[in-house]
Amino acid sequence: MRTKSAPYLFLTPALVLFALFLAAPIGYAGYLSLRRVKVSGLGLGAGSRSEVWAGLSNYGRSLTDPEFVPSVLRVGAYGLIVVPCMLGLALVLALLLDAGRTRVGTFTRTAIFLPYAVPAVIASLLWGFLYLPRVSPIVDALSSVGITAPDALSSGWVLYAVANIAIWGGTGFNMIVLYTALRAIPTDLFEAARIDGASDIQIAWRIKIPVIGPSLVMTFLFSLIATLQVFAEPMTLRPLSNTISTTWTPLMKVYRDAFVRNDIYSAAATSVIIAVATFVISYGFLKFVGSRAFSQEN
Amino acid sequence: MAVLTVPPPVREETPPPRFKRTSPTATVLLLLGAAYCLLPVLWVLVASTKSASELFNTFTFLPSTHLFDNIAFLSGYRDGLYWRWMVNSAIFAGGGAAVSTLVSAMAGFALAKYEFRGKSVAFNLVLAGVLVPAVILAVPQYLLLAKVGLTNTYWAVLLPSFISPYGIYLCRIFAAATVPDEVLEAARMDGASDGRAFWRVALPMMRSGLVTVLLFQFVAIWNNYMLPFIMLGDDKLFPVTVGLSGLLNQGATQPAMYTSVVTGSLLSVVPLVVLFLTLQRYWRVDLGAGAVKA
Repeated sequence: MRTKSAPYLFLTPALVLFALFLAAPIGYAGYLSLRRVKVSGLGLGAGSRSEVWAGLSNYGRSLTDPEFVPSVLRVGAYGLIVVPCMLGLALVLALLLDAGRTRVGTFTRTAIFLPYAVPAVIASLLWGFLYLPRVSPIVDALSSVGITAPDALSSGWVLYAVANIAIWGGTGFNMIVLYTALRAIPTDLFEAARIDGASDIQIAWRIKIPVIGPSLVMTFLFSLIATLQVFAEPMTLRPLSNTISTTWTPLMKVYRDAFVRNDIYSAAATSVIIAVATFVISYGFLKFVGSRAFSQEN
Repeated sequence: MAVLTVPPPVREETPPPRFKRTSPTATVLLLLGAAYCLLPVLWVLVASTKSASELFNTFTFLPSTHLFDNIAFLSGYRDGLYWRWMVNSAIFAGGGAAVSTLVSAMAGFALAKYEFRGKSVAFNLVLAGVLVPAVILAVPQYLLLAKVGLTNTYWAVLLPSFISPYGIYLCRIFAAATVPDEVLEAARMDGASDGRAFWRVALPMMRSGLVTVLLFQFVAIWNNYMLPFIMLGDDKLFPVTVGLSGLLNQGATQPAMYTSVVTGSLLSVVPLVVLFLTLQRYWRVDLGAGAVKA
């Protein structure tokens, strides 16, 4: 290679942006999470409020906040619904497309991928209206056969209502990822099995799914990270439902603490907890499945 | 390779061969999936033709004739604020995607094609960046940008979207897979500088992969909600996602706004759907293949 400095020059823009917009915010959040405001005297006047070290007290406050644990459990339950349903659907649809035993493949593939073009906010608006009993065709259909459908936005159902929006929005993208991996499998890997009389389902289960294992691992990981960050869907549905509190998910609590209560210290501590938890869960998951995803191709 | 942008050579799109019987079960299941995905889209198409009084009172899928009235009303709302939102979204997504793709291409090229001190540190930073949930960064990013007076400007949304660790990761794989060392060596023999070799030789070879990264970033920024929601206070700067969710909030007190929300939702989806249908061949993302090849 000719110029020694060349790779560094190519990397400079990325490194500068990385430092400013990823590393610095993370560091700053960590710093703020250890600080608090000290009010001296009556708290009036410019000099009466000063920032001091707070130790781990913000973390203590965050973790013992009566609204934090329920929001974590809620997102946990939400993830247990969304990730398996979304990836299960995506895998089944991708396998059906790949098997090629249908004439509606191109149409259905495009239709199922279409929701990826719809922002989560818009998806939540559309489903939000469809959940309203006065609009919902499902409520209409059920009531015409004499069943009173439950209100999708009532407290017992709202978790599923939000989960449905995420599943609707994410299935198509994951299906395309898995379908692309399936198309890349060389035919001779399973033609022999087919000649020996193996059914499509046996071929899918014994050959195709194991071969696309790495893709499944990556789609699982990215879905998990996205799930832990759920924010846009419940925020958008809030005007349509009084069952979604301002601390419905951990990230909504971060937003409320930072911008409604002006308690950026507590918000920073909660952010750090979410970031660490996400990192531990995703790293632990990669270790658990023993994946060498992300390894350098040397 | 983690992303294939050319159709895999192994199996081309062909109609089912004769010995494969079509399966009604597969067809029915796929059509059910398509129906589920198209239902809200169909609804918004129909609902945007209804007047405010019809929206909640006529049969859900019965179209009406007020589409153009609704578009005119929405366009007239506060001197065409809605169309400003659309333009803002285009600026955020177009500008952010273009710059971040170029930044990613340069970094990915360096990581794939050079040996240098600190290379593995740089690569591990990228990987850590992929796993950091971007949304967690929004609040500290806001506080830092507020210190330099950049919040509530276009830059507040553009600057953080210029860096994409995932884009760098993908570009590194593209560069490794599509730019042969011999070609770069030949360019150097002809006297090309490193910069010129990148610009004139490597970039064109990585082109189809870069389109995929560009699309990825464009969609991610266009769909983003939390970052602009936090960064912007002036509703003239909003992207369409933040603007429409604000309109929905108004609907709680002025139900007539619901018609505008529905019509606005429909119009906001059109550009992305067009982009998808025309560039569909670039959506061949194989996230996992990098892991097998390693």
